[in-house]
Amino acid sequence: MNARRLAARLITANEAWTLLALIILMAFFTIKAPGKFLTLTDLGFIATNSATLLVLAVGQTFVILTAGIDLSVGLVLVLSGVVAGEYYQHNGGATAGLGTVWIGVLIGLATGAGWGAMQGFLVAKAKVPPLIATLGGLGAAEGLSYLITGGADLRAVPAKLESSVGFGALGGVRWMIILGFAIALVFGLILAYTQFGRYTYAIGSNPEAARRAGINVDRHLMKVYALQGLLAGAAGVMSLGYFETTGIASHSTDNLTVITAVVLGGASLFGGRGSMLGTVIGLFIPAMLATGLVIIAVNQFWQYVLVGAVLVAAVYLDQVRRQLRSRA
Amino acid sequence: MSELPDVPALLEARGLVKRFGNVQALSDASFTVYRGEVVALIGDNGAGKSTLVKVLSGVIRPDGGEIVINGDSVHLSSPTDARKYGIETVYQDLALAPDLDAAANLYLGRELYLIPALKVLNRGEMRRRAVTAFGALGIQLPDVSASVGTLSGGQRQSIAVARAVAFASKVIFMDEPTAALGVVQRKRVLDTIRRVRDQGVSVVLISHNMPEVLAVADRIEVLRLGRRVARYTASETSIEELVGAMTGALDSTAGNGA
Repeated sequence: MNARRLAARLITANEAWTLLALIILMAFFTIKAPGKFLTLTDLGFIATNSATLLVLAVGQTFVILTAGIDLSVGLVLVLSGVVAGEYYQHNGGATAGLGTVWIGVLIGLATGAGWGAMQGFLVAKAKVPPLIATLGGLGAAEGLSYLITGGADLRAVPAKLESSVGFGALGGVRWMIILGFAIALVFGLILAYTQFGRYTYAIGSNPEAARRAGINVDRHLMKVYALQGLLAGAAGVMSLGYFETTGIASHSTDNLTVITAVVLGGASLFGGRGSMLGTVIGLFIPAMLATGLVIIAVNQFWQYVLVGAVLVAAVYLDQVRRQLRSRA
Repeated sequence: MSELPDVPALLEARGLVKRFGNVQALSDASFTVYRGEVVALIGDNGAGKSTLVKVLSGVIRPDGGEIVINGDSVHLSSPTDARKYGIETVYQDLALAPDLDAAANLYLGRELYLIPALKVLNRGEMRRRAVTAFGALGIQLPDVSASVGTLSGGQRQSIAVARAVAFASKVIFMDEPTAALGVVQRKRVLDTIRRVRDQGVSVVLISHNMPEVLAVADRIEVLRLGRRVARYTASETSIEELVGAMTGALDSTAGNGA
């Protein structure tokens, strides 16, 4: 009994496993290529490139904790960037003033939040399964993005947005990195220490128990999907500043990258279990792997094979954990 | 035959009606709870016990009839409404969140806050008070911070009971609270029921276990085909009489009627 409990505890400490995996990876590459892997430049490069994905993963963590899923994130990012970009195009383009830049940012955020709220309504009130509601949302957001732009990416990005969010830095650290990690930190604290976070876990763990405890489950679910949309909007604005284009065709697999990060980070697809720290670690494992493989001169496409295998293993372990628990 | 207490009822259901499609779950069902008593609600499968409990705890709304608390007619449109009137329920399926720990489950929906404006949880205080609440009921948990999904059935049951006891000021409904328990835990839950009653909170016990009902209840009300068919004082009745009332074999002589 005690041995089984100990075994169950070890398997349940998913975050510990993920962190261990990341450390082993880093140690491996550092030993294989001393002095080449994980220089500050590398780290900065990885973190900057992952910033928008990190923001999407923060929202996805909340969604998956409720036992939901949001496939639309990459294209909601695009749609938000397109709507903001369209506004910039008609209001000064590259030479737009600071006021215009801010209005565009708010428009991007509002677009994402609105889209997310709509998907939340479909999931919570219309009872459309999240997989389908957000798959439909993904397709519609992509279609609208092409319709608004006429099929060609918008490139009239205000210089003031590029020089700040895109390439600006504070004390040597890029704003992209600061924004990404600040958002992860703030929402990580909200998840762990506030009522909003607690209800998110409770609803994913047992929606009926949450309902009987007086929690308005439908309303909370709508808020969670709206939050994911809002964060996709934020990522859209960041992406617009960094890449200087709306990049409609470059975000179709963001959803898979982000879901992989959350699951590698120890979250259960059945809801109720996971953490923001886990998600952050989970996001950087594939990124480290890609950089490391390049440095030790192994074809970097092995990254996808390895991550795929680890992902399946992570979900398998989660199944084992649930079986152990139901037998207890 | 039994004598009903000569005091006003604490909670009263009058002529409740509830239909689910073609099924008449409650037809003119009445039920009475007096202050500081353990009253058992018994009946055969499908008699309407669970439906009656759900109506009285605000989970489902009746199609007709009246709910009276302390003489006032009330509408219970949600479990939160029922809780405002001091009514708590321990459900048969317990309704706990398996991934949250015992303290989080105890306070689910009623969290204590460190910074109320930001809804920042006071986890330390909730944990401390939870340990006190469990202690008061003689519940020993090996690890208060373990998710309740890793605990035994009896421990989970204890948490569900403790949650109801901690917040109920008038009535606790317990739907088959001992069904999944071993002998020792069963005795502990029955002791808890008596202790709660002695503190002045009424307990409505829904159970199939007749010896248990006779051992712990002060009064017994019998439901059959969605209607109250008999009421007894526990000390003056027998298992045979109760079974007779439940099955309808004693129709002409049952209790003092509805």
